Amino acid sequence: MTGYIIRRLFWLPIILLAVSFLSFAIARFGPGDPVAVAAGQFRDPEVLARVRAERGLDASLPEQYWRWLTGAVRGDFGESFLQRGFTVSELIFPKMWVSAQLGFVALVIVFGLGIPLGLIAAKLNGTWLDPLIVSVLLFFRAIPVLVLIPPLLWLFALKLRWLPVGGWDGLFDVYWIGGVIAIPIPDPHVYLPLLAFTIGGFAGVARLVRFTALEVTREDYIRTARAKGLPEGTVMMRHILPNSLLPVVTVIGFALAGIIEGAFFVETLLGIPGIGRFLFEAVRSRDYDTIMAATVIFAGVFVIMNLLVEITYSFIDPRVRLGASR
Amino acid sequence: MTTTEAEATRVTEAPRGESQWGLLWRRLRRKRLAMISLVIVAIIYAAGLLAPFVAPYSFTQQNLDRQLEGPSRDHLLGTDRLGRDMLSRAIYSARTTLIVTTAVLLTGSLVIGNALGLLAGYKGGWIDNLIMRVGEIFAGLPALVMLILINTTLSPRAIHAVRWIEDHTPLTGLVSSGLPSYLVVFGALSLFFWIGTARLIRSQVLQLRERDFIAAAESLGARSGRVIFRHLLPNVSFLIVLEVSSTLGAIAGSEIFLTWFGVGVQPPTPSFGAMLFDGSGARTFQAHPHLLLVPGVIVTMLLYAFVLLGDALNDAIAGR
Repeated sequence: MTGYIIRRLFWLPIILLAVSFLSFAIARFGPGDPVAVAAGQFRDPEVLARVRAERGLDASLPEQYWRWLTGAVRGDFGESFLQRGFTVSELIFPKMWVSAQLGFVALVIVFGLGIPLGLIAAKLNGTWLDPLIVSVLLFFRAIPVLVLIPPLLWLFALKLRWLPVGGWDGLFDVYWIGGVIAIPIPDPHVYLPLLAFTIGGFAGVARLVRFTALEVTREDYIRTARAKGLPEGTVMMRHILPNSLLPVVTVIGFALAGIIEGAFFVETLLGIPGIGRFLFEAVRSRDYDTIMAATVIFAGVFVIMNLLVEITYSFIDPRVRLGASR
Repeated sequence: MTTTEAEATRVTEAPRGESQWGLLWRRLRRKRLAMISLVIVAIIYAAGLLAPFVAPYSFTQQNLDRQLEGPSRDHLLGTDRLGRDMLSRAIYSARTTLIVTTAVLLTGSLVIGNALGLLAGYKGGWIDNLIMRVGEIFAGLPALVMLILINTTLSPRAIHAVRWIEDHTPLTGLVSSGLPSYLVVFGALSLFFWIGTARLIRSQVLQLRERDFIAAAESLGARSGRVIFRHLLPNVSFLIVLEVSSTLGAIAGSEIFLTWFGVGVQPPTPSFGAMLFDGSGARTFQAHPHLLLVPGVIVTMLLYAFVLLGDALNDAIAGR
């Protein structure tokens, strides 16, 4: 077990190194001279050379990579070319915090809503409701957030005026009852992004849970459980549910990927000052250092989360360790 | 995926007298939703294929007197900000979808994915290790983020390279045809769309290669190439069909998302992504809903059709 985890952990720095090298190489290979941009109108060769030296851009590529890498490990991603006077980290980390809050809540909703719904659909198997639920779930998976958000925004913000047009004001508002008791209620800004983040993911989870629950229901031990007279609720909670949840753990990674990738579009469309919108603006203005830092951080988070999922899975299902090379 | 693998072998043991493909088609034809989806996909792809013949206007033709009009007799789906015909733009966008999905499928998913999957599964050893580890690195990355990075940095280079080809060969009009951005988009997408196929094929081949008919072929002196193409490939063909139906939607979606982000197919080449971008925004939607609804409805229908088709195909292969 420990050996397995150590082997997996051994892969982590290698993958991260590969990612960082790839993004560095791609970014440096990109067009445009960042120094010329930073120097503005002063096209004096002396000035250019000085800026280049300040930025360490006169060194050879391997040397630059090494310097960038050692800085990046310490959380120093250089200075943004787009917003001068700010380091990339100063710009990125507050925005990551916003995205992380939303992403975490979204992940909880995806599984908290998807699992019960999948079980209900499995329970309804054989009735006319089951195919209807499945088709609706597939539709939720298929509709792109790019198509979904503008009409929702129009409906709830402009027509009904229930929600703000966009922006961000923290996850929770505190609601005081009589000035004494504080109750946290969700901030009105979070409903639309959470809906957009979760709609595809929860449909996917529900579909998977429905499928595995149906498979599990056909197993002999379920028939045994029913035959010995266990109440239906106990069969569901003690036998069907735990066994249907196994494959669900594996899709946490996918769900997370969906949320991370969705962040670009959802945050941009709804004006949420998170990492996704930040990257969108950086891409639009070709701010390579920022793009690179964001890519590496994104990839890092992604790889580490996947590793955690894999380790969790090997704890839950011992077969994963044994059958490492299926 | 494990269930589809197990069930895919069930089809190979179908009753004799009818080809397996015939059986599959018969099962599929019974599913009404699958047939509707197939028709939708066929219509959109046919429109893309025949774009120059069916589009009423050119996709660049501007008419600044008639901006942002709703549907009318002249412009069935209305006009956009520059007075361009929305129907024609949609038809040419379907062409972009057609080109990108076909190219990525052929290069990334079908050729690279299958070849590497077959090779890794059949050869095993260090070849298998190498292919799977490289795949693991790619699979471990958030594809969309990497695609955005690759596309931002490489598309100017691609334009440069294609312009060089134009200057040094008799070929002309390559840059204006949108070729460079197509190249970058499907080059980058192919990088990420071979892994799924390779893994699926490999795991199937791992089971197949222990079967007697492979041993028989090998003992008769068949070389690896012959074993792979004559004996293994036909036996994984169902999986390939399944894989195609499930990745097509993902590829089409990725192109739309990338273009929306500004790093996909570049203007003036039309794409649903660019059209959706023009129509997004609550106030835009309030004033001119057709800007978003035209591409939005088509894209959603296409992606939904792909998902339903994949689902039905999965069922048909599983014998349901």
